[in-house]
Amino acid sequence: MTYPENYRYTKEHEWVEVAGETATIGITFHAQEELGDIVYVDLPKAGTKIETGKSFGSVESVKAVSDIYAPVTGEVTESNDTLATTPEKLNEDPHGAAWLIKVRMDNPTDLTNLLTASDYQKYVGAES
Amino acid sequence: MLAACGLRSADELFTQVPVEARLQRPLNLAKGISEYEIVDYFKAQGERNGTGCASFLGAGVYNHYRPVVVDTVVSRGEFLTSYTPYQSEISQGTLTTIFEFQTMICQLTGMDVANASMYDGSTAVPEAALMALRVTGRRRILVSRTVHPEYREVLRTYAGSAGYPVEEFGYDAESGQIDLRDLETKIDDQTACVIVQSPNFFGIVEKVQQAAELAHARGALLVFTFTEAVSLGLLEPPRAADIVAGELQSYAISPSYGGPFAGIMATKDKFVRQLPGRLVGQTTDTNGNRAFCLTLATREQHIRREKATSNICTNQALIALMATVFMELYGKRGLRELAEQNLSKAHYLGSKIKPHFSGPYFNEFVAASKSRHSPEELNRRLLTHRIIGGLPLKKFYPELSDAMLLCATEMSKRADMDTLAGTFNE
Amino acid sequence: MIKKVRSHITQNEDLIFEVSSPGKIGYQLPALDVRAVDPAEALGAANVREAIDGFPEVSEVEVIRHFTRLSTWNYAIDLGMYPLGSCTMKYNPRINEAVARIEGLAWAHPYQPESLTQGAMEVIARLEGALCEITGLDAVTLQPAAGAHGELTGVLLVRALLESRGNPRKRILVPDSAHGTNPATAGIAGYAVQNIASNRQGMVDLEQLSRVVDEDVAALMVTNPNTLGVFEENIVAATEILHAKGAMVYMDGANMNALLGIARPGDFGIDVMHLNLHKTFSTPHGGGGPGGGPVLVKKHLEPFLPTPRLNRAGDAWTWDYERPKSIGRVKAFYGNFGVLVRALAYILAHGGPGLRNVTVDAVLNANYIRHKLRPYFDLPYDRPNMHEVVFSDDLQSAKGIRTGDIAKRLIDYGFHPYTVSFPLIVHGALMIEPTETESKAELDLFIDAMISIAKEVEETPTTVQQAPRSTRTSRVDEVSAARKPLLKWQPGL
Repeated sequence: MTYPENYRYTKEHEWVEVAGETATIGITFHAQEELGDIVYVDLPKAGTKIETGKSFGSVESVKAVSDIYAPVTGEVTESNDTLATTPEKLNEDPHGAAWLIKVRMDNPTDLTNLLTASDYQKYVGAES
Repeated sequence: MLAACGLRSADELFTQVPVEARLQRPLNLAKGISEYEIVDYFKAQGERNGTGCASFLGAGVYNHYRPVVVDTVVSRGEFLTSYTPYQSEISQGTLTTIFEFQTMICQLTGMDVANASMYDGSTAVPEAALMALRVTGRRRILVSRTVHPEYREVLRTYAGSAGYPVEEFGYDAESGQIDLRDLETKIDDQTACVIVQSPNFFGIVEKVQQAAELAHARGALLVFTFTEAVSLGLLEPPRAADIVAGELQSYAISPSYGGPFAGIMATKDKFVRQLPGRLVGQTTDTNGNRAFCLTLATREQHIRREKATSNICTNQALIALMATVFMELYGKRGLRELAEQNLSKAHYLGSKIKPHFSGPYFNEFVAASKSRHSPEELNRRLLTHRIIGGLPLKKFYPELSDAMLLCATEMSKRADMDTLAGTFNE
Repeated sequence: MIKKVRSHITQNEDLIFEVSSPGKIGYQLPALDVRAVDPAEALGAANVREAIDGFPEVSEVEVIRHFTRLSTWNYAIDLGMYPLGSCTMKYNPRINEAVARIEGLAWAHPYQPESLTQGAMEVIARLEGALCEITGLDAVTLQPAAGAHGELTGVLLVRALLESRGNPRKRILVPDSAHGTNPATAGIAGYAVQNIASNRQGMVDLEQLSRVVDEDVAALMVTNPNTLGVFEENIVAATEILHAKGAMVYMDGANMNALLGIARPGDFGIDVMHLNLHKTFSTPHGGGGPGGGPVLVKKHLEPFLPTPRLNRAGDAWTWDYERPKSIGRVKAFYGNFGVLVRALAYILAHGGPGLRNVTVDAVLNANYIRHKLRPYFDLPYDRPNMHEVVFSDDLQSAKGIRTGDIAKRLIDYGFHPYTVSFPLIVHGALMIEPTETESKAELDLFIDAMISIAKEVEETPTTVQQAPRSTRTSRVDEVSAARKPLLKWQPGL
């Protein structure tokens, strides 16, 4: 799996794509692989405030639930509603069509704790 | 076998238990007794419990006939001694019966989805309240005084433990139904749910639709409960409710001094992920055959742990199975006819003993003796006729301390009702 | 070679709604001996429902066939061993069923005058006394309906006591090996859950405990023996650490089958515990309930027990509602009385010496399995175990086979699977508890099956991966069931 170069990553297996002050957030290929078949995603509504390091939702497989942790602080502007009816998209296209939320960042330059694609690649290589 | 374990005596099995934790004497319990002696003991206890009396007690536990087929079915070892159906391939019997149960509860209550049962009605109601708190994100619980008093006590224990205030609203002194004006003044924007029971504790059919409208106007949920499941065969279902949480004891479940019973919880589709308890869903196996399995398990304690919708693990499978057999035996026509018989019996009694409240009643009503006799005195006299009278209400409703709650079912005989009425009107 | 089972044809059966046909009935009510009342007149037309749409209409023979056929699709204790860990799937004695149905007990109404329920109260009193003696605790409530319900009751009791001392505190400690109901319960009772990691022996780490316990900790919830089947050798010291800081120790009594007549929780420092009547005390599982979850306490917690409590007044039993410090009710009426009757029958049948034998046999059986399977399955914790043993799938996972696959293959051998993937502290756990019910013959069949499967993993792993192969239902699609839940029958589905 090649992880997109222009994304940043967390150790909790989220990815972030930053464009100006908007961050698009999702879970990584590694995360969906660990979870297995995704059956349900619980996402915050637009307007919700999220804070770096805190859980903002969850992803469920048949036998497990995983919290999703915010990689940045800000306000949710959009939630990917298509996942409500087709959660399997998260297994099929976790880095693209199955983005979870878009956030207007409080501090667009604060990406210091995030990993680059190659760092993340090493991290999950080491984990497995 | 000890040899296979490399041990010389059974005592060696317990060397792992430190001395300071060991019991150093035999248990102070009598030696085991034979089957005959066990039967003898329990028979003797049974005989001290008023057998052979006609009873007019209701108040949340009802005397209804239990068709023999019910015990025939639940006594099958494959139902009685089987485990929770986590392994779908070898539990299709249990899973199928639960799926049928869930379906019939929806048909009876007008809800979209029902779970596989709760411990009983008294714990299902607090679980429904907690669910309403989760769904609305609000804090206050409003419950009618006409909901079963012991259910309200359990609600207070559960809600109190989680730090949520429980308040009551009153009933109309004439009709015996909820006081809608009192309810209206008490609902606010922090009310998560309004809880009503119908038929209520006094046996009276409630104004459920109006209560629901008041609740919904302020963004609160309507939680509907019932203790007399037979009424579901005749009364309009609570379609305006958001959550139904009730008791199925009337469906071939022995009164058994208060338990085990089977509660139910049912709700609208949109709330299904907040519903506690087990859920059985339909699916297919690898050969494309229809099959059933436990589903949406991520709500439950073994996965969510501290974030679970509830801590429930066991449900009441065997008891719910009794109710399932009952529902299928009686069926569409039988449940209706059974309810109509209950109505007729109680109203016959109500034609001889004037009900205290004016509201429409199903198979129970409150009555006070016009004479100077207290309910306790009346019951004492009735016992001399081998009749157990109604529940004196003093214990739960001090304002009704000269009255009792009387229940008549399809098992009540006309002659006994005549004797009861005669004693009442002496 | 599969010795315990062989194929047989089983009857198919549709859902009852598909068997249903308008006009069929399976009941007969007596003729009314009073005037038939018109529902619309008595209740108001708006209160009367239409016919129950979709409700079944079938005959009695169709009901009997329906349920009989369905029952043959189930496994059950009556058919063979359940090796499920911490479930204690022991034989359900039929004498229990008979006595629970005795008329005076089965038809007793909870609101009958006390003069007419002395028999029921006597049963309750007798059971209370026996359970206190068995556990070494001082008082008991039989009100909770099941283990989890008992846990909630127990935590509420702890909170009430601590509140009466001025501070309910904020945290409850739960070992990472605990059953999910433990943290779920603590959460519902309003406490923050702090997980404590087990040490390398899979037991509560005393060192960590001393660091973590402070005056903000309300209680430690512990299972003993723990979910690895190992007796917590430092339990007494652990309870002392908690008590020194004014905290309580709650014991999950699910594994009581390992302790009867051998050790009593009240003697090793437990303040409050629950029992599972449907585990240790043989009341039937019934496909998932009913249960019974009595809660036992030391004297200092007694005033807070749920209302009412049984009291002696002269030579009669009476219910005492005057309990100002009580946490209130946790259930209507007095508990699952029918389950209590069964548990008492079990205790009477065994007596003191008999109960001790239950534990001896249960522990022996588990150790026999451990020794026989040790060469074939990885044993992650090499401590002596009591009534259950936990292996891991480490040796098999190298071949791509996990504990869940082995469990499914066990079905083809005629057994119900053991507990899969629990406790969580063991990766790929196989948790096995045979109970005292099983004879050497049944255990040997189980052991042979497990050894045979271990060989299949080496030689023909697909056999294991595609299991079960001989059940009438093969593996079900749980993913679709969760993605698109279909939770009831509807016409046209």
